[in-house]
Amino acid sequence: MSHPTIGNRLVKNVTVQSMRDRPNCLTSGHRACQGCGEALGARCVLDAAYAATGGKIAVVNATGCLEVFSCVYPENSWQVPWLHSLFGNAPAVATGVAAAFKQQGKSDVRIIAQGGDGALSDIGMGCLSGMFERNDDVLCVCYDNQAYMNTGVQRSGATPAFARTATTLPTGNYLGNDAQTGKNLPKIAMAHEIPYVATASIGNIHDLEEKVTKAIHIRGAKYLHVHVPCPLGWGYSPSDTIKIARAAVQCGLFPLFEMERGKIMKSTPIKDPVKVDDYLKSQRRFAHLFGKSASPEALAALQDIADNNIRDYALAENANG
Amino acid sequence: MDKSMDKPFATVLGPATSLSNKTGSWRTMRPEYINMLPPCNATCPAGENIQQWLSFAQEGKFREAWDVMVKDNPFPAIMGRICYHTCEKVCNRNQFDGAVNINLLERSIGDIAIANGWQFKPVLETKKKILIIGGGPSGLSAAYFLRKLGYGVTIYESNIKLGGMMRYGVPRYRLPGNIMDTEIRRIIDLGVNVVCDRRVRSVRDEIRGFDATYIAVGAYRAAKTSAEIADGANVIDAVDFFRKLEDAPLGLPNFGKKVVVYGGGNTAVDAARTVLRLGAESVKIVYRRTINNLSAHDTEIHDALSEGIEVMCLRTISAVNNGKVLLNVMNYDEENDVLSKTDKTDWLPADSVIFAIGQSLDEGILKEMPEISVSEQGVIEIDKNMMTGAKGIFAGGDVIMGKRTVTHAIGGGKKAAKCIDAYLRGQEPVANVKNQTAAFKRLNMTYFSHNPRIDVSRLGDISFEEKDISYSDLKIVAEASRCFSCGNCFHCDNCYGYCPDNAIKKHQDGSLEINLDYCKGCGICVAECPCGAMKMTLDE
Repeated sequence: MSHPTIGNRLVKNVTVQSMRDRPNCLTSGHRACQGCGEALGARCVLDAAYAATGGKIAVVNATGCLEVFSCVYPENSWQVPWLHSLFGNAPAVATGVAAAFKQQGKSDVRIIAQGGDGALSDIGMGCLSGMFERNDDVLCVCYDNQAYMNTGVQRSGATPAFARTATTLPTGNYLGNDAQTGKNLPKIAMAHEIPYVATASIGNIHDLEEKVTKAIHIRGAKYLHVHVPCPLGWGYSPSDTIKIARAAVQCGLFPLFEMERGKIMKSTPIKDPVKVDDYLKSQRRFAHLFGKSASPEALAALQDIADNNIRDYALAENANG
Repeated sequence: MDKSMDKPFATVLGPATSLSNKTGSWRTMRPEYINMLPPCNATCPAGENIQQWLSFAQEGKFREAWDVMVKDNPFPAIMGRICYHTCEKVCNRNQFDGAVNINLLERSIGDIAIANGWQFKPVLETKKKILIIGGGPSGLSAAYFLRKLGYGVTIYESNIKLGGMMRYGVPRYRLPGNIMDTEIRRIIDLGVNVVCDRRVRSVRDEIRGFDATYIAVGAYRAAKTSAEIADGANVIDAVDFFRKLEDAPLGLPNFGKKVVVYGGGNTAVDAARTVLRLGAESVKIVYRRTINNLSAHDTEIHDALSEGIEVMCLRTISAVNNGKVLLNVMNYDEENDVLSKTDKTDWLPADSVIFAIGQSLDEGILKEMPEISVSEQGVIEIDKNMMTGAKGIFAGGDVIMGKRTVTHAIGGGKKAAKCIDAYLRGQEPVANVKNQTAAFKRLNMTYFSHNPRIDVSRLGDISFEEKDISYSDLKIVAEASRCFSCGNCFHCDNCYGYCPDNAIKKHQDGSLEINLDYCKGCGICVAECPCGAMKMTLDE
């Protein structure tokens, strides 16, 4: 099985990203690095939401790469109503924005809170949990690049096991970020039993757009976790962003699924599986697991994580029958 | 008061869009759209733009596909039957799940054209007149292309019907007469003056009144065998065999039950399969080298074997007697291509023998023309523009050095037309600029799914009726859609959709352009292009 191209003249069912008049909610001139996965992810998510609502969206952004590279004074790359307050309070501000629109009788305006994994899994965790438990009418999107990239690649609660970051430098017997640490934000969201939780990847734009389009119309709290590789922080060539995003899904380390009210509803079976080793080898943040000081135990542990995902989320090609 | 005082505290500049920040300045490498030559097009002896007609076929636009075909080859339905489709051998899809069935697609679309009566567009007239000697594939192809350029064209054909080797070399179960007639008719209907049954004895006597001449008389003289042939032995050469079969079947000898065909080319296999259809009980092909060296096309050999024809390799015929032939066992050193006779001999029962050991040009037509030289191999020598030593006299098809297939002859006719046109305008022909061929490794297989080739066996009953195997419309679309579009954009929009900087413009017609103002040169577009139609180059 193959991956669909973004568009195709022979296919009627096209993506927003292939449309000539797509909104480009995040426009050119932003200062994201070459090959930035987060910039691409944010444009894809917001364009899909924009297309699904006829442009009636408002966005609240947490601090982080996405905010810093998109609004360098006095320039701004956003072509939608957009608001930035603090690092940790984006979900709470979004709650307020949603309430204000509701008060004005404009419940057709859909609210999105967005930020990186640092802002949402660590610093803004309390605000996010509050937004979830109150079931506020907000879609929260986390662009997960698995560390604090903006400040120089420090570990976050979403950094994977054995990854090298500025604060988890492998030395001696220490193999990088400790296994059995970190948190699984989609599962935390699921535990709040909110109406909709999903994961998506920029390696599969069709799937991502479908999920945004579905989520944006649901009333109540929604959470979308988007996997966005970072060339600088992960150590790979900027041209490989999509390849790596795809490989993370194909190896089982990043499962694609949808949950509703605390239950897994659907998962996307893996096409053309790749080995976890091959995914890791493509990034310098895992280079210490290979070569002279290779650690078969660490690799086995990571393979276990992938295998468990494949089992738990029924990701094998024929699992969904 | 200073205007900046209207702004909130500490704010100096008004808001602006980031579009004023031209991030293209970061770039050291830039992506570029390129067009590469797909291997199928690169290898086609007739120079067809296969990829382009496949792309029309994918959309169900069969008329457009056919129009593209006939830009380079006026015989789609014929080609779809008898072309040895080298395109499929080099198709990059071979390295994935089997070549695109280009040959059958060409046949299917060619048949649609015949069913719908599609014709060539009429042409304007010019004053110059061109003589074409020989109405075979090369002569007809040249006539077609010259007519399209407006020249007045006259064909002299020695046989009673046009078609050359297509008619007098290819058996009817492979190419039905009505298909051939229709496609030849289309060319004649462009206003070509045809005189059949007109044997040219000497080129010199005919060229007066014409501004240029194209010699495409083919190679009709059968090679002489060195075998000793006893008086009264039932022997015929393949050229004679096929000509009689077409024009005077009653003149054919009685082949008897056991027939031996000597030779290893397509003509030998065609003759063997034909004589089987004429009622022979056993047909054996005798060939000097090993089965792997047979120059006949694989599918023809396969079909012949399936029909029960036996191939006896490493044998030569040294004598033909009544009812039997004397075979000499051969020794073949494959590495050095050295063939030697051994002392071992063997008698093989044979009621008749067909010799298909090669054909050559009948040089008689060139008498009194010393300026046209014939090489040691018995072919007319031409320059790079296909002109012989005589000014304004060109030659092509089987009379020149090169591969002797119908497809090569058609390609040669096309080139000759171009050269003749240039000559008559006093110019050099415009050289074809060929792009680099797109290799398999340039393609991104992530975006293609396994989808097996729709194969249909051509093998039917052992008769002169052709088996109807043309695709339905739906199958044409399905099979054509397997094309990878090697080296040329097929508008999948991956570059447009994956660019993190919106640095690709999509125009109204779907064409794409890189916006160098914002392209940071990350190279995602190039990495994710399925068909290798982009590349990174150093930014100057």
